[in-house]
Amino acid sequence: MSGILASMIDGLLIGSVYGLAAMGLSLIWGVMDVINLTHGSMIALGMFGMYMLFHALAVNAYILLVPAIIGGLILGTIVYWLSVNWVIDRPILMSLLSTFAVNMMVIGIGTAIWSTSPYNVNFSLPGITVGAYTFTGNHMAAAVSAFVIALLLQFFLYRTRAGKAIRAVADNRDAAELMGISSTRVLMVAFAIGIALAVASGALVSTLFPFTILSGSTYQLKSFVVTVLAGLGKPFGALLAGVLLGLLEGAVSPFIAVSWIPLIEFGLFVVVLIVFPRGIFGRATA
Amino acid sequence: MILRRPLFWLILVLAALFVWLPLRSNNVALREDLILVAVAIILTSNLNLMIGYTGYVNFGHIVFYGLGGYVGVYLMTVRSWHLIPAALTSGVVVSLLALLFGLGILRLRGAYFALATIGVLVAVQAFVSNFESWGRSTGMYVSFESYAPLGGPKHALWTTYYLIIAIMALSLLLSLGIKLSKFGLGLFAIREDEDAAIVLGVNATVFKAIIYSVSAFLPAVAGSLMFFKNGMIDPSIAFEYMLSLEGIVMLMLGGQGTVAGAALGAGLYERLRSYLLTSPRLSEFHLVIAGALLLLVVRFAPGGVIGWLYRLLPRSHEVIE
Repeated sequence: MSGILASMIDGLLIGSVYGLAAMGLSLIWGVMDVINLTHGSMIALGMFGMYMLFHALAVNAYILLVPAIIGGLILGTIVYWLSVNWVIDRPILMSLLSTFAVNMMVIGIGTAIWSTSPYNVNFSLPGITVGAYTFTGNHMAAAVSAFVIALLLQFFLYRTRAGKAIRAVADNRDAAELMGISSTRVLMVAFAIGIALAVASGALVSTLFPFTILSGSTYQLKSFVVTVLAGLGKPFGALLAGVLLGLLEGAVSPFIAVSWIPLIEFGLFVVVLIVFPRGIFGRATA
Repeated sequence: MILRRPLFWLILVLAALFVWLPLRSNNVALREDLILVAVAIILTSNLNLMIGYTGYVNFGHIVFYGLGGYVGVYLMTVRSWHLIPAALTSGVVVSLLALLFGLGILRLRGAYFALATIGVLVAVQAFVSNFESWGRSTGMYVSFESYAPLGGPKHALWTTYYLIIAIMALSLLLSLGIKLSKFGLGLFAIREDEDAAIVLGVNATVFKAIIYSVSAFLPAVAGSLMFFKNGMIDPSIAFEYMLSLEGIVMLMLGGQGTVAGAALGAGLYERLRSYLLTSPRLSEFHLVIAGALLLLVVRFAPGGVIGWLYRLLPRSHEVIE
């Protein structure tokens, strides 16, 4: 019994990182109605960004989150102009395909540079041992970092003028334009933040598990599940739902092989969408 | 009448060319090149039924091909069935599975469906990698005896080639037939405006589930033929995500929603890819080039090559559809 409890606590810690990744997806989806299929590759870039920063500087990996996030903001701005700006308000097919094309390019470049072999960030913090179980320091530090970043985002969205502008555009873009808000700039900022969150979560994951350039797609799937679980455009709901997913994974992982988990997550995704279709469909066709 | 359409005859000429060219000089290398083009055309034109006709992106189209391969190889090796009944059965089984899946996930609209298809791919791959009877992650090998009923391996390879060409021609004819039918009109209506289509009496959920299932049949048959020909199957080659993605690039390149566009895009892209993969300097970047190509097409020529042709020669509409 205590084994399951320990596994669930660990799941909760990792789940907060899933939540952070999903926040990025959810923010972009909610504000501009674009499903960002570059998400997985951005998470992967976060992993490799952390790997390179750590090798170059060899300082505490969690301090390196700051340059990783700044890099993510710059990357997000580039991706916005490359693939998103011209698909706003066009059929959903266009934004799916254009972000997907960028995803292919990033994965292609990444494969050429790093191949698809596994890497890891060789950094560990001391853990806490309770009875027969040890909670590693990295898992705890990653969870704390995820919550700190989420709180900072909360502060930005609800306590600053720029955050208010983002919420206004998400609510009603035309009305926001009439109030003198430049929606293009707001969309760009929101997209860059969304990407930065994906990069940050990738950087955090890289301190927990070995990764390859293709690992992003696993977390992308988790992000989709978490996003629909939380409902659209609710970044903080996404964090909570991520923790829930982590708990669920922790609860089932003592009993089944890890390779079954995608099947469970996908089942959850479809069931959630079908059982709670109303609010979700309303937005999708709007 | 489908017989009065010039494209109908063009498809038959194309298939005849595919058969005649390698046979004329008994050129095995050419045959291997053409079989890849034919498979690309099969996958792309069936994907077109979803993306081009119905307006629903299927990111996991390769699932049908891989599952078809698994069912086919299983029937041939473990149950020692003959190639043709095994391939047809795999098509039926996968279509029925798709219908079942489809009735579930096609309640989802637009982008949600697209996400669910990524999930289908991951979930099916996870299932197959853990499935004891299908050899888990090591997969299955086609036993040597399986080639005997077809007159030995050498004969068997040519037979599979002709069958693949036949499936290719059938895929294109199916696309053309659906395009000319009332059913196809219903799909186009869903693509343009699903709510309006429902109001006008199109049963969208049923139409979408049927087309999803139909688009599974020929790829599954092709999958079981191809994996029989290759002699082995495992989860990573059966459900190669990249192939699924490249199908979308091919379709957009040629021109989504058109019969000829699917074939043209598949042919062009497949040639480009073999060139890139064999070129020492560019082989690592073929995915980057594919992505850039897709981005450029979506950005500047959403109609693809066929769309460009239509603008150049408006009368070409009557021949190419």
